[in-house]
Amino acid sequence: MRVVGKPLPKVDVRAKVTGSTLYADDLVLPDMLFCKLLRSPHPYARIKRVDVRGALEVEGVVAAITGDDLPIKYGILPVTQDEHALENEKVRYVGDPVAAVAAYDEETAALACERIVVEYEVLHPVTSIEEALSEPVDEPIHDYGGPANIHKMAALAFGDLESGFAQADHIREDVFFYEGNTHLPMEEHSAIASYVDGKLTLWSSTQTPHYVHRAVSKVMGLPMSAVRIVATPHGGGFGGKTDPFSHEMVVCKLAMVTGKPVKCTLTREEVFYAHRGRHPVLMWVRTGVKRDGKITAMHFKTALDGGAYGSYGVATTFYTGALQTATYDIPAYRFEGARVFTNKAPCGPKRGHGTPQPRFALELHLDKIAEDLGLDPVEVRRRNYVKPNTTTVNWLRITSCGLEEITNRVIQASGYHRRRRVEGHGMGFAVASYLSGAGLPIYWNKLPHSECQLKLDRGGVTAYCGATDIGQGSDTVIATVVAEELGLWPSDIRLVTGDTGLAPVDLGSYSSRVTFMAGNAALDAARKLRDLLVEVAAESMGCSPGEVEVGDGKIGALSFEETAQLAQERYGAISTAGSYRPPDLAGPYKGSGVGPSPAYSYSAAVVDLDADSKTGIVQVNKVWLAHDIGRSINPISVRGQVEGGVYMGLGEALMEEQAYRKALHKQPSMLDYKSLTFVDMPEVETILVETNDPEGPYGAKEVGQGPLLPVVPAVASAIHDALGVWVDQVPITPDKVLKALDAKVKGEAPRFGPKSFPDIPYPQCIKVDPPHVATQAV
Amino acid sequence: MLRLKPFKYLRPSTVEEAASLAAELNGEAMMVAGGTDLVPKLKRRQMEPSALIGIGHLEELKSVDHLSDGGVSIGAAVTLSKVVGDGELLQRYPGYVRAASLVSSPPLRNLGTIGGNLLVDTRCNYYDMTYEWRQAVGFCLKKDGDICRVAPSSPRCWAVSSSDTAPVAIALDASVVLVGPEGRREVPVSSLYQDDGIRYTTKQPDEVVAFLHFPPKDGWRSSYVKLRRRGSIDFPIGGAAAALRLQDGLVTEARIVLSGVASHPVIAEEAASCLIGRHLDDDAITEASEKAAKPAKPLDNTDLAYTWRKRMVKHLVSQAITEAAAPGR
Amino acid sequence: MSDSIVVGFTVNGRRREVLTKPHHTLLEILREDLGLTGTKHGCELGECGACTVLVDGIPQLSCLLLPHQVEGKEITTVEGLAKSGDELHPLQEAFVEVGAVQCGYCTPGMLLTAKALLDENPAPSRQEIAEALSGNICRCTGYESITRAVELAARRMEV
Repeated sequence: MRVVGKPLPKVDVRAKVTGSTLYADDLVLPDMLFCKLLRSPHPYARIKRVDVRGALEVEGVVAAITGDDLPIKYGILPVTQDEHALENEKVRYVGDPVAAVAAYDEETAALACERIVVEYEVLHPVTSIEEALSEPVDEPIHDYGGPANIHKMAALAFGDLESGFAQADHIREDVFFYEGNTHLPMEEHSAIASYVDGKLTLWSSTQTPHYVHRAVSKVMGLPMSAVRIVATPHGGGFGGKTDPFSHEMVVCKLAMVTGKPVKCTLTREEVFYAHRGRHPVLMWVRTGVKRDGKITAMHFKTALDGGAYGSYGVATTFYTGALQTATYDIPAYRFEGARVFTNKAPCGPKRGHGTPQPRFALELHLDKIAEDLGLDPVEVRRRNYVKPNTTTVNWLRITSCGLEEITNRVIQASGYHRRRRVEGHGMGFAVASYLSGAGLPIYWNKLPHSECQLKLDRGGVTAYCGATDIGQGSDTVIATVVAEELGLWPSDIRLVTGDTGLAPVDLGSYSSRVTFMAGNAALDAARKLRDLLVEVAAESMGCSPGEVEVGDGKIGALSFEETAQLAQERYGAISTAGSYRPPDLAGPYKGSGVGPSPAYSYSAAVVDLDADSKTGIVQVNKVWLAHDIGRSINPISVRGQVEGGVYMGLGEALMEEQAYRKALHKQPSMLDYKSLTFVDMPEVETILVETNDPEGPYGAKEVGQGPLLPVVPAVASAIHDALGVWVDQVPITPDKVLKALDAKVKGEAPRFGPKSFPDIPYPQCIKVDPPHVATQAV
Repeated sequence: MLRLKPFKYLRPSTVEEAASLAAELNGEAMMVAGGTDLVPKLKRRQMEPSALIGIGHLEELKSVDHLSDGGVSIGAAVTLSKVVGDGELLQRYPGYVRAASLVSSPPLRNLGTIGGNLLVDTRCNYYDMTYEWRQAVGFCLKKDGDICRVAPSSPRCWAVSSSDTAPVAIALDASVVLVGPEGRREVPVSSLYQDDGIRYTTKQPDEVVAFLHFPPKDGWRSSYVKLRRRGSIDFPIGGAAAALRLQDGLVTEARIVLSGVASHPVIAEEAASCLIGRHLDDDAITEASEKAAKPAKPLDNTDLAYTWRKRMVKHLVSQAITEAAAPGR
Repeated sequence: MSDSIVVGFTVNGRRREVLTKPHHTLLEILREDLGLTGTKHGCELGECGACTVLVDGIPQLSCLLLPHQVEGKEITTVEGLAKSGDELHPLQEAFVEVGAVQCGYCTPGMLLTAKALLDENPAPSRQEIAEALSGNICRCTGYESITRAVELAARRMEV
């Protein structure tokens, strides 16, 4: 490998250090207008009347629109098209947009919003999972789902639960709660639309231009061909910019109404309302084990507080039950999940989408089982690890799997088994797994998930791909793959990405899919171009193509430019195309669309910390994180993703929370929503393990999300190691640690966390034969 | 982008002129030096003055002067960073410099002033919010509303005193020079505050805090311990300042002052007096800490659980006393 | 609306006079009046550090600075860091090399704060780096790579 695996700088980084990268809010178009949204001050209310006349009277205002102007609903999932860009019947959370103004400057637009009159009929808000499960005081939040305010339920059973539990020597039940939290990208969402010659262009800080394209086309009533979405360089996403958003629809509409470009940039507070962050999840788990810790059966129940709209929630609900089996061999497994609507900002996907919550529960649950059995928690896990090239009870196809090696490496590096056993000092261990891209698209079809076109022209190569660089380095991955195949440097490749008007489809930067899928598409296109160039060079050199070496800017004896010219002389315009579609991975049951992935990454963490029994204050000293990356395309970027994942995991473990007082966000600011500062961040030791996945590009798998997952339970585990108490709820703030210690002193169960799990009217379980049984039946 | 509402900006050339302008504008204007506290509050429309009177540029307010009696006078517009970098001040008043070094974050200390930190507005998480958020909650007593959201049955505002430097200044018996339209007066820092979340300062609106005046060190040791969630940026959600004089290992004089537990810096007199004449052993420190913690009544209007913050007070005090007694303080 | 004012200051070595309003912050003036969009905004309330610029060499938050406060001052923004199109500041080079940039949105503020640190303290410890940059939030990197970059730049600048 010439460039794959080398610590080369990212291809877009010089612009970022010189301030010349243009993020969405940096774009200025001539005669541009500025938009502000008027948002609901009520968590739940009927809209009686919206009167924008006052706004239109303000000097400098060009247009003001309401829900009547944008009547078509949209949503990220086809099954939950439940959002209006501007609500016209009901508002469902504080911050739900109801009207918008376009003016010559933002100050005027904001002033004009204050002149809009909205009459509301206030309804009784639903603020918790428990309330959402009981009979609503007023009408349900949505006209679908139910009973009460339940949005979606899932119930699946794989294998023979009864006999699994019957074989167990020990059965344990636990309840956990994972508080919601948000992405907090540094860049506030921003979008600009222009409507020229019947064509609409939207520049937006989105992670998913493809899905925004679909939604904008639907809501504006324009054919897909009349819409172009450009994902601008991205100031952080983490899943927070994967939905189509109100402000995106609104600027499109306003551009069409006014004939001028319109920009809308959210304030930090509005970003908290746009949200789509981590769902708060209450979890109950019951597991049967043999004396040696081998799992015989597991029953996992979840209840998700979804907030006001569907978003990705149906998928999230399934994700809270999907990946438990990706790390542990569970012979019989039952999962029941329910998502409820509440009058809070809508939850959605955040880094790890629906899996950090059950991972937190599962890992601590296994720690407790190990304690019950008097076994080493690492050993208990090892005895249950899934093996490479197997299929799980819920039909996940496991290919490469570095669980054993990441465990050994992280345990050795951290000295976990040799740790100082003194009161107040602790170490915790946990593992996790994540998808290298969702195996199924959001809209079920057989189209490629990613396409890449290469244009060879005037001696240079341009790669066109819909993939969206959100700072994770996907542009660099595409450039590296193409450069590797063509014997060039990544910096030689010109890129056109994240643009639905110019580049072919890629589904977007979500589910850790880009390196795997866009990487494979680019590889496919690049190998075709390489073959073509090699053939031309071989002919010129009078040798067979097999004798032509590619590298260092040369195709055999010719320079790349010479070869390119020969190729064009022979073929005329040259382009190649590649695409990637995952193999058919869904199991034979409804709900099997969530969980399958062409490959799974694996991460193991050890956290070392001090916890003060007087104050409950926790000081993390160091985190070791070993990650099965398959293969590093760019080790600098991979390490960056690991460190960033650890950072965000520590934040979720210790302080980040999207907290509410009743239905009002308690802390919608950068000051009050706590993100670790420089001085709060411990040292991180990254260990990369390469298992060379058979289907990944050059063997690569994901790293964007997996490394966050084990960090959260490892922190809780280390606190138990230090103080002998369990905190079964995140974030683990010092008051919770003290309450757990208080319980211990009083002789109660030494823990802090939820006491019970509510009765939820889950439907009858869909019984699914595990693969080995199904195969036998055939 | 969150933006400011329009205002006039006045740029007086002396402190006296600043006071006269304030008097003329009769409550319509506010003073601004660094603006690190004021500007965010103006953006959130927690205050809506029609004019700002800038005092940050006044050279007379920008120096640290060593007085002939051994004391020090610090101009109100001296930045917190300048105090933190002043080796002489560190030697004399380590607790004060420590407190200044813990205010917010480095870029804010580069702009924020010592006068601004003394007068930092009381804080409450029902109040330090945007206009739209406060509208959603129905506003509060301190701005635009008629009830206290944290204690709805209370007739008063319970916003929290959030100055890091005021408690140490009080513990060191510092005073401030106030310049008003009628002339100057010097008052102890301890009398600059009163127990009300809205009218938290006794300074008149047309008076300028011009100088902070520390008495000579004279054997006084000092310390400050701050409680906050993160190691930077955050306001105090609890804090303790201690100042002590020791002779032959015995405490001869002591002052303990708390921050972040009430609408004003709380002087823990009983705690301080129980130390007099004693060695600073564990018993003495524990007794004083527990006595100091008793009057602290945090409410559910800043970060983290208020029950936990209450429990933390004794640990903060204990640490502050221990640090004040350490060598070099 | 309040009356317009003219403020004069130097930005990246160039003297500028701007017609603005007393309530427009330096952040707005830089981005909207002068087109210097390298200075970012993440909260506009002094809570994140994204809008850090150097004022007479000292890191300050442009979202909090009123026009009168910068009258006659020397402002440095990220656009003023590199010596030329080819020659980056050693800190910029180091950020590029060690991968201290992911989304890049906090990067201008980090670079300028780090520059002020190295100007004053050419060989800072890890702890000193962390303290100096503790007003600048980054959500991507976990700060590790930023520390490595500042250390690398410091070593190179000392030579």
